[in-house]
Amino acid sequence: MAKSTPTRLRVLKTFKLYIGGAFPRTESGRFLQEHNPKGQLVANFCRASRKDLRNSVVAARKAQPGWAGRTPFNRAQILYRMAEVLESRRESFESALIERAGTKAADAQAEVDAAIDRLVWYAGWADKFVQIMGTTNPVASPHFNITSPEPTGVVTAFAPRSAPLLGLITAIAPVIVSGNALVLVVENEHPSIAIDLAEVFHCSDLPGGVVNILTGLRDELVPHAAKHMDIDAIATFDATDEERRLIALEAAESVKRVHNFETPTKSDWSQASAQSPYHILPFVEFKTAWHPIESGAAMGAKY
Amino acid sequence: MGKTANTSVRDLLFGDLWDYAPAPESRDHLTIHERYGHFIDGKFIEGENHFPSINPATEEQLFEVASADEATVDTAVKAARRAYDKVWGKMPGSERAKYLYRIARMIQEKARALAVAESLDGGKPIKESRDIDIPLAAAHFFYYAGWADKLEYALPGATPSPIGVAGQIIPWNFPLLMAAWKIAPALAAGNTIVIKPAETTPLTAMMLAEIIQEADLPPGVVNIVNGAGQTGAAIVNHPDIDKIAFTGSTDVGKIIQRALAGSRKKLTLELGGKGANIIFDDASLDQAVEGIINGIFFNQGHVCCAGSRLLVQENIAEELMHKLRHRVSTLIVGDPLDKNTDVGAINSREQLQRIQELVAAGQNEGAQIFQPSSPLPEKGFFFKPTVFTEVTPSHRIAREEVFGPVLSVLTFRTPEEAIEKANNTPYGLACGVWTDKGSRLFRVANALKCGIVWGNTYNRFDPTSPFGGYKESGFGREGGLHGLLPYLEVR
Repeated sequence: MAKSTPTRLRVLKTFKLYIGGAFPRTESGRFLQEHNPKGQLVANFCRASRKDLRNSVVAARKAQPGWAGRTPFNRAQILYRMAEVLESRRESFESALIERAGTKAADAQAEVDAAIDRLVWYAGWADKFVQIMGTTNPVASPHFNITSPEPTGVVTAFAPRSAPLLGLITAIAPVIVSGNALVLVVENEHPSIAIDLAEVFHCSDLPGGVVNILTGLRDELVPHAAKHMDIDAIATFDATDEERRLIALEAAESVKRVHNFETPTKSDWSQASAQSPYHILPFVEFKTAWHPIESGAAMGAKY
Repeated sequence: MGKTANTSVRDLLFGDLWDYAPAPESRDHLTIHERYGHFIDGKFIEGENHFPSINPATEEQLFEVASADEATVDTAVKAARRAYDKVWGKMPGSERAKYLYRIARMIQEKARALAVAESLDGGKPIKESRDIDIPLAAAHFFYYAGWADKLEYALPGATPSPIGVAGQIIPWNFPLLMAAWKIAPALAAGNTIVIKPAETTPLTAMMLAEIIQEADLPPGVVNIVNGAGQTGAAIVNHPDIDKIAFTGSTDVGKIIQRALAGSRKKLTLELGGKGANIIFDDASLDQAVEGIINGIFFNQGHVCCAGSRLLVQENIAEELMHKLRHRVSTLIVGDPLDKNTDVGAINSREQLQRIQELVAAGQNEGAQIFQPSSPLPEKGFFFKPTVFTEVTPSHRIAREEVFGPVLSVLTFRTPEEAIEKANNTPYGLACGVWTDKGSRLFRVANALKCGIVWGNTYNRFDPTSPFGGYKESGFGREGGLHGLLPYLEVR
């Protein structure tokens, strides 16, 4: 980050939430604080409440059908656009990682590289995973039978605690690429980076409400997300056994899909093993449609 | 019953003019033992706590069956683990395939005995068990046999491996078919199994155990334990099981999902449904009537994907209902072993009571009931095919799964209204759409929140075709390539 001239007072940023394409402060008025590794205060940020979560789900539900209704080509373009915009702001994210998170310069550069490349990689899946994961089924009856994946709906993800930029991209991209809307709950040591990232999404043609980002305390929001009857699926990273148990216990009431990702080790975050088309599958449903085929006799020919 | 057709419409109401001569399938070459225990580690074992299994069409005892306790389930799981570690998990897919082909062939060879057993034990019409359940069960083994040595083609870019020991719990509506749906993909993927048939319909599973033994499947690869809910709970809670696959009610599915909370077991659920069968005004009405009949009265309506909510476009409702009432009047309800029978026996007294309760609720809440006038057999659990009109979306019969031969009719005016009504349910298993217009069919199919959409047909199944639900109808798919996924570890 460029240094200000000595006589000028720096303007600090107020970090808010990102809900429905807007940046509101938490309705609860509560805050948490982020510090850099030297212990200096970086920012105050919002401690999202249950009500913020519910507002996010409403926003996500509203945005989801439109997002799913976009052509896969269009979703691919928007994910690619997110990568473009992130690339154009790479210095700002690099310096954020260095100054706020204490990441070494080379590692910060590598993390931003990997985050951009991961978005590009998932962008390419938007119009391909249906081809790879869908099937036409040769049934033993005169029917044309196709199975294709469709988004599950509204997904809540509990983001990884490590890799404050790349971890978020890894959590977000496979969920939204199929047409789901996402409520991402971020609890790590540098949540301000998540809100900077929200600004990237905000000017990337991503419709408001497709990605909602809440900073706050996971323990506080997990039970409410698990119980919420209008959330279709939950994804977790870094979940403890107790957290998994709690989510699964409450999720059963609405038969929520729950998927716990195995979090990569620090050195593996940027590896290809941290991205997979199979990470898209926990958040899709397969629809099988049977269409009759006119029988040979009818088309046939000889009357 | 009157001897003249009581209708002015020109249709051939044979059933109304004279009685059918009975055409019962003989049961003399079927051997039913007096008692069934369990099939564990390749051997039939005596079992414990036997309870009677009833023929629902006569209320007579067919045999006694054991109820496995925790210790017995543990023995079965140990056998499955041994077989997985020592034999099946290591066996080349090409060899596993041949065992599955053997089982498929033997099911075909014994098809008639299996069909009779299925109808005796479960109450379903012999023409359904003969033409649908048993051939499809064999077809599932055939289909998945071919996958066993081709798994690297199933999941592009991934290296799949089996999960381990699968615990499987299946329902009473399609006993052998559900066993095939569960066992075939699990074995093809290289897993071993502990499976529990439903307590009211264990007979064909025990016959399948004989086939498995005769096919020389290595001991412990498939273990079958009998019993009711407690046995199922022992499977679900067993610490050495890696995956649970359950087909049954949504209520029990939720209990299982909770029971697995905090464990690392994988789970797939095939649960209830409240399928909408949507008839547009351009549909071929006679064809649609057959589809409606098949959608709700197939297997006495004991079908999770049954088309139990009929949504008719308002301008054709009167004509369609007229045709439908006529068609319902021709259905022959009675002896499941009679080849003329269309609607057999309700599976159990308990289920009959559940149906009666919901039908009473329908009447109390103001819906209009229609049932054919012909009498039911005096003994056994039977229920008349029932059609409710003037149903509103808030009626219990429009919201709850009846799992019986009870149809609720609602109307709509526009495709948007049809879609909204069809999706207005916590379930999401199957829907039917009837229209002459392919573009409308695809548009509506895309908008429906359910796993299966049948276009101008209903209740079709095929081993190559995935099956499973959205929302509270469960997660995971059975059948087709997608049916392999829940039995494979993907890395």
